[in-house]
This record gives sequence, structure tokens and C-alpha cells, in this order.
Amino acid sequence: MPLLFKSTKILESQIDDFLDAISQGGLVFKEGVKSYLECEDETFERRIEAIKKLENKADDLRRQIENQLYTHSLIPEHRGDVLGLLENLDDVIDTIKKTLVNFSIEAPDIPVSINRDFLELTEMSVMATDKIVNAARAFFKDISAVKDHLHKVLFYEKEADRIEERLNRKVFRMDIELGLRLHTSRFAFNISRIADVAEGVADRLNIYTIKRTV
Amino acid sequence: MLLIYLSSGLLLGWSLGANDAANVFGTAVGTRMVRFRTAAIICSLFVIIGAVISGAGATHTLGNLGSVNAMAGAFMVALSAAVTVWLMTRWMLPVSTSQAIVGAIIGWNLFTGSRTDIGSLTKIVTTWIASPILAAFFAIVLFLIFRQIFNRTPIHLLRWDAYIRAALIIVGAFGSYSLGANNIANVIGVFVPVAPFSDVDIGGIIHISGSQKLFLLGGIAISIGVFTYSHRVMQTVGHSLFKLSPITALAVVLSHAIVLFLFASEKLASLLISIGLPPLPLVPVSSSQAIVGAIIGIAIFKGIRGIKYNVLGGIALGWVTTPIIAGVITFISLFFLQNVFYLEVSREMVYKVDQSVIEKLASKGIIQEGFQDIKARRFRNPTRFEMELRNNTDLTQTERRLVMNYARVDSIYVDEFLLATKIPPDWFTKDQKASLQKLKGEHFAYPWEFADSLRALSPDWHLKPDSREYRVFNRELEMKLEYLQNTFRADNSHSE
Repeated sequence: MPLLFKSTKILESQIDDFLDAISQGGLVFKEGVKSYLECEDETFERRIEAIKKLENKADDLRRQIENQLYTHSLIPEHRGDVLGLLENLDDVIDTIKKTLVNFSIEAPDIPVSINRDFLELTEMSVMATDKIVNAARAFFKDISAVKDHLHKVLFYEKEADRIEERLNRKVFRMDIELGLRLHTSRFAFNISRIADVAEGVADRLNIYTIKRTV
Repeated sequence: MLLIYLSSGLLLGWSLGANDAANVFGTAVGTRMVRFRTAAIICSLFVIIGAVISGAGATHTLGNLGSVNAMAGAFMVALSAAVTVWLMTRWMLPVSTSQAIVGAIIGWNLFTGSRTDIGSLTKIVTTWIASPILAAFFAIVLFLIFRQIFNRTPIHLLRWDAYIRAALIIVGAFGSYSLGANNIANVIGVFVPVAPFSDVDIGGIIHISGSQKLFLLGGIAISIGVFTYSHRVMQTVGHSLFKLSPITALAVVLSHAIVLFLFASEKLASLLISIGLPPLPLVPVSSSQAIVGAIIGIAIFKGIRGIKYNVLGGIALGWVTTPIIAGVITFISLFFLQNVFYLEVSREMVYKVDQSVIEKLASKGIIQEGFQDIKARRFRNPTRFEMELRNNTDLTQTERRLVMNYARVDSIYVDEFLLATKIPPDWFTKDQKASLQKLKGEHFAYPWEFADSLRALSPDWHLKPDSREYRVFNRELEMKLEYLQNTFRADNSHSE
């Protein structure tokens, strides 16, 4: 039995580290987008490196946690749900990384006049990420608090959609090349997608929570 | 020969271990919360402890229902019950060892013309109805408590998992203990009055009675059942029959354990008496029915529709059919045993009311004119004797039972050889041993005459007032007297 409690403790801290990595990924993403828009190339590249590391770390931790859950056959009843949750959260940081790396690869020429909108959209997506991490933490530690975080995820996702639409309307009314319009719009879509992925996780988490409380 | 006779009881124990252990640990093992090896070891250990320490209570009630008093008879009663359990399992009908054995005992009573104690029978049947209802009630209460704790306490999911595992093991151990205490009576109870196991005294501290040795044997048989066959049943219970969450499982298993414990614990019964409450009868109940009751309780509470009424019907049908089938099988097989194999399936019970009995009863305040009509007549059939008593006297049922007790002829001869060899030196006091020596070579027609003579010779044989503090002392004294009566029964005598 003490062995069981010990492995439980290690696993608990691994799950915490995994969630920290996702949450940090969001913050780094925000700073990364900011430095791209402000043309701070060196800082931007540093952010890209940081986010790649965080994504790798999250991947490794997720695998370790999954292995542990199965080798010690822990939480047999909720194992599937926990694995689902971790994999979906991993998708969030994946999307974050891809979006930021695409900025580096494609170097979109975003009109300065909509920088503020981009920053606002990024802020909403990152908030959605942050809230879904909080909700996931509550799922492990304090099941009654999950719902308090989930409704915030939905709120920020809607905000992100709203800002994305506003941004697109602005872009497509600008007197710039169609290619640039489409390119800018795609990046707005990618950033907003982070919130969409977070919303998807929230929907699943809602079901997992109901399953656990009945 | 003894082991051959006991084998049917041990077979019954094996099937109990294979089937009922799954009730205790099935969900835990089936859902992989507890490993089978861990479950099997804990289950076996606690079944044995429960059987040896608290097995006597429920056994006593079964003994009252009908005291199977010959080895071959006891063998057949247990075998018929085992065959019934096997048949019902093959026909995929829910079966309870408790019901099978009760049916088989009644079959023996009918065949041998012994009286079935209606009081005990009523007590047993009422308990069968009460136990699933009680289990349902406990399960709902426990489920509510656990759910509150689970949903309100901010503890990490993984740590909860570890706690629930630990809890399932602890509750499983308690459940196994209760199963052993309550159901050992089914397995080996019928052998208690007949098996020639003497009591052992270890250093004057630990006293292991003959029946406790039997309980140990039965417990071991149950353990073997657990190790050899219960794994499959556990997988079935855990996977296909009912899908329970670990918390629901915990509530179900704990309520099952409490119910079995309530109907087995002599300590609890005397505690209830001491605080002025009516005690619960100590009766072997069906472990499966307690589990089913608990699950249905939670299902109803959760408002789950689609309770399988045909399954419920099957269970109810099992209640009625199991005892009947067991009774019929016993009756038929006893007939063969007696008339084809010429084995003694029951010891003859002789009743005779002579002057000494009339005087003894008068001293107890039972005076009846009608005794004169049956005086000095020998009755070889208890049912017949009770009928005569009913016709000739206006005694109450309790009084009739008392008369039957005093009128039972069971010759005792205080044999010198047995006196020298069969009296455990540390168990009896100096005075008790001295008084026994004084009765050397004496004959007694009635067991009570023997006890009265001992009491006349030494105050150490006197029962103390019936109160809580003296209960253990009095039981011990009664056990000693019963042991002496069995030892010095005239047919055991060496010098005659």
C-alpha cells in the first residue's frame, strides 16, 4: 500500500507538470505573437524555441502518465476519460505550437492597423487555454469546481469568434491584395482555432465530470 | 470414515467459497481495483477467522431448527444441499447455500419424524426476507454518505483511487469475516452435534472447542473454493452482471458485510439486549441475496428504470424452489441410505415421563394432571410425543419444549476410562473435577439428572444470574456440561 501511495504522488506531480506546460505554452504564445507583430525577431525566435520545448515536454509527460496509469492499473473506471482529457489537452498545445511556427515559416504581412485586433484575439484564445487548464486541474483535485471554469472557456471561445469575425470584416474591406487578405484571415482563423480546440476539450470534460459525479 | 462423512460438508464449503467470495471481492477484482491474489488471500484468511471466532451464533439457530444427530444423516443433509446448489447453478438459477441447507434439514426432520421447530423456522424465513431489505437500506445510506464525501472533498483523483482501493480491501476483509461467521453454519453446522471432535485447551488460555475445530475445517474448505474457482465467478460479477462504480461497489459490499455481521454477531446481540433493545436473530442468511438487495436498493434510489423484473422473479423463485428441492433430495437419499446401505441416519430420540421428571417439572412450576396419562410410556418419535403432550395437557409451546427437554432419555454412564482420558485437565476447575470423580460408575437416565448431581456436589457447577457480566461464564459452563454429556453418553462407554 505505501508503494501505491508513492507512485500516486509521483503521478500527481507529473499531471501537474503537464498542465503547467500547457498553461505556459499559452503565455509564451501570447508573447510570441506580440513580438512578431512588433517585429522583434530575436525575441520571436526565442519564443518559438520555448514553445517547441514545452510541446515536447507535454508529449513526454503525457506518455509517461499513460504508461503509469496502465502499468499500475490505476483509476480503472476513469482511465479512459483521463487519457482522452490528456490527449485533447495535448492537441491544444500542438495547435499553439503549429500556429506560432507558421508565423515563422510564412511570415504573413499583417497590416499594422489590425495589430490590436490580433492581440485581442490572441488574448481570448490564451484565456480559453488557461481556463481549460484550470478546469482540468479541478477535475483531478476538486470536482465540484470544474463547472466554474468550464463556462469561462465557452465565454472566451465565443469572444474569440466574435473578434475573429470583426477582424475578417476589417481585412476584407481593406484596400490590399486578395492574397494578403486571405493570408491574414487564415492566421486569424488559426489563432481562433486554439480557442475552438479548448472548447472541444471543455465539452468532453463536461461529460467526464457528469460521469464522475453520478 | 469421519473425513468421508465430512466430505459433503467440505464440498458445500468449497462451492460456497467459489460462489460467495465473488460477492465480497467480485466488483473489486472484476474492475481491477484489487488483484485476485490479494483478494483471495485476504478473503480466505478472514473467512477462517470469522468462522472460528463467531461461527457459533448462526450455527445454534440451525441446530434448533433440527438437530441432525447421526453422522450418516448429517453427511446426507450436507450432500443434498451441495447437490441442490450444484443443480441450481447448472440451471443458471440464483441459489443460496443457506436455503439449501435449511431445506435439507427439514427434509431430514420429515424423514426421521423429528419435529421442526416452527419458532426457529419462522425466525429464519423472516430473516431471509429482512436481509435483502436491510441490505438495500444500508446500501442507500452508505452510498449517500460516500457520494457526499466524494463530491465535496477536494482530494486528488489518484489519491481517491488509492483510498478506495484500500477501503475495498478493508471492507472486503470485513465482508469475508462476516461471510465466515454467518455462513459457516451452512457448511458444517449440521455436523456440530455429531462430529466426535474433542475440545483442546492450549496452556489454559486459549480454549478451542470441538465445534471450532469443525469451523476451522469448514473455513479451510471455503478458502480452497476461493482459490480454485472464485476467479471466474469474480470476473463474471465484475463485468457482466452489474456495472458498478467503485464507490457504489464499496457501498454495496459494505452493506452486505454489515447485514451478514448483524445476523452473526453474538456480541452485538448481547449488546442490544443490554441496552434494552430486542436482539437480531442469529441466522445464516444468503450472501447473494444481501448483495442483490443492496444493488436493487441503489438502483431504485438512483431512479434507474429497467430493473430486470425477470431476474428479480428468478431470485424470488429460487427462494421457494431451493429449500423444496433440497428437502426432497434429502428425503429420498436418506431413504436409500437407511434402507439400501443400512446406515444409521438418525439416533433414536426416546422420551419418557417418569416420576422424577414429573417432580423436576413441578419444581419448575409445571404441574399437569395429563402427565399421569403418559407416565412411564416410551415415545420413540418426538413429533408423536409432542402430539401426546398437546392432547393431554394445556401447556404453552415454550413449556412443551421444556417438558420435551426434561423427558428426553439419554443415558449417561460416568465411565472410569473416559474419566481418565477424556477430561482436559486445564479446562475444568479443581472442584469440578473432584465432583466428577465422585460420580464415577454412576448411571443417569436423563441428562438433567447428571447436571443436577454435579450441582449438588460442587457450587462450581451452578449457573450465575442471567445478566450481561455472567453471560460468557454461563455459556462456558453449559459448553462444559454438553461436552460431558456427549463424552459419557452410555453408548460411548468402554466398560459396558
